[in-house]
Amino acid sequence: MAQRAQALTPAPRRRKWEWPWWVSPAGTVTALGLFTIYSLWETLTHSSGQYHNYLSPFFSPDVRAIGIQFLPAIWVVWAPLLFRATCYYYRKAYYRSFFSDPLACARPERPGRAYTGETKLPFVLSNLHRFFFYVTVVVMAFLWYDAIRAFIFPNGFGVGVGSLLMLLNVILLSVYTFSCHAFRHLIGGGLDCFSCSRGPILRYSLWKTVSKWNQEHATWAWLSMFSVWATDLYIRLLISGVLHDVRLF
Amino acid sequence: MAEMKTLHVFRGDQSGGEEVAYEIPVEAGMVVLDAVHQIQATQAPDLAVRWNCKAARCGSCSAEVNGKPSLMCKTRVDAIEGEIHVRPMKAFPLIRDLVTDVSWNYEKAKQIEPFAPKEPAPFTMYQRDVERSQQFRKCIECFLCQDVCHVLREHSAKEQYFGPRFMIKIAELEMHPMDGADRLHFTSHQAGVGMCNITKCCQEVCPEHIHLTDDAIIPLKERVADREWDPIRALFHKTAAR
Repeated sequence: MAQRAQALTPAPRRRKWEWPWWVSPAGTVTALGLFTIYSLWETLTHSSGQYHNYLSPFFSPDVRAIGIQFLPAIWVVWAPLLFRATCYYYRKAYYRSFFSDPLACARPERPGRAYTGETKLPFVLSNLHRFFFYVTVVVMAFLWYDAIRAFIFPNGFGVGVGSLLMLLNVILLSVYTFSCHAFRHLIGGGLDCFSCSRGPILRYSLWKTVSKWNQEHATWAWLSMFSVWATDLYIRLLISGVLHDVRLF
Repeated sequence: MAEMKTLHVFRGDQSGGEEVAYEIPVEAGMVVLDAVHQIQATQAPDLAVRWNCKAARCGSCSAEVNGKPSLMCKTRVDAIEGEIHVRPMKAFPLIRDLVTDVSWNYEKAKQIEPFAPKEPAPFTMYQRDVERSQQFRKCIECFLCQDVCHVLREHSAKEQYFGPRFMIKIAELEMHPMDGADRLHFTSHQAGVGMCNITKCCQEVCPEHIHLTDDAIIPLKERVADREWDPIRALFHKTAAR
């Protein structure tokens, strides 16, 4: 009977075309590699990311306000950088792409390599992810302040391409940050019993919402990384005079 | 005239073996297990294959179809372009042809502390409290997740890591609102959750679409981090109601 029932089902579409297995790791290495090189160039060779009311996300909060003049970006980027480096999605991405552990599912690995997973240094430090999350939330508050300030020009409220970029960037960063697994655990995932906690309906609803966002965590990770890149590059080009900000109104 | 398809089926045992090519006529709705059965019926009566329900419920017919760990009964022949290669699961000792010895899994299952109710049944439980555990109970124990897990498959670290199937078993018990046992030290040290580097292959091959990594392994890692890496949370957990 089972066979007959299956024979009556319509033939499925041909298996959808898939990229060759090496495309994903190669793409990840290229994108993360270029972003790392760009970040090093930006943080190590510039002393400011300010262009009028726009402040690059690499330089926010502006530590020059408290007297730190030496490579101000360095004092800022370590937190989001380590937040991303210990993020569960990025861990998957770089273990696969940079360490071939594994390069792709069910692909043979180089024999004879010792494997300890996340039980030994340095990868065991990924367990500190939540602490980088806490610091990143503080950085997010500054980025929201910067995004709002980007709409306030010397002659009052206005909208420039930079304002929109900064707003889009902080929205994407917020969704990425608050869809992370550590926050999902903090908001309710660590509970065995929602009904036994204080505010059970609220905690369950929050956990469900974060869980829904969490399903697309990889998408938010990439989009927010590119938005940081684009925002910083735009402001850097404004500072260097290559571009002039376009005011929409 | 029926379309013909070539199946390369592994034949052999622990002493060695190779793929043998068989030509079979493709029928409408045919799955790889049907094709293997047809080979068994018409060309190779001694071909060893484990199967049972042929409805993706029993988890018996796990194998590797064109390199991907799959249930043979759920893999349509007409969805595969070109020739088909069928091999046994690589992570487990081969018995013969497509049959492997998966008894290691049952030995690991015995080591997990069973459900320990906080109070005698019957319990009053709300759906919101049990839905996580319900997802994990969909597992049909096909062991495809164990097969694709590179920790077991490529590094043979069966002494250090129980594998994704048992991570969801532990998560199912740990997240149960009426369970009173504490398995976190066991999860970290004996079951070896730290050996998983969350590359999500287990999640990709699960025929029941269980979110093994996102909903079980990562939450377990976070719970272990509560205990072993976060003194503030550990203190909070001791004082707050769970």
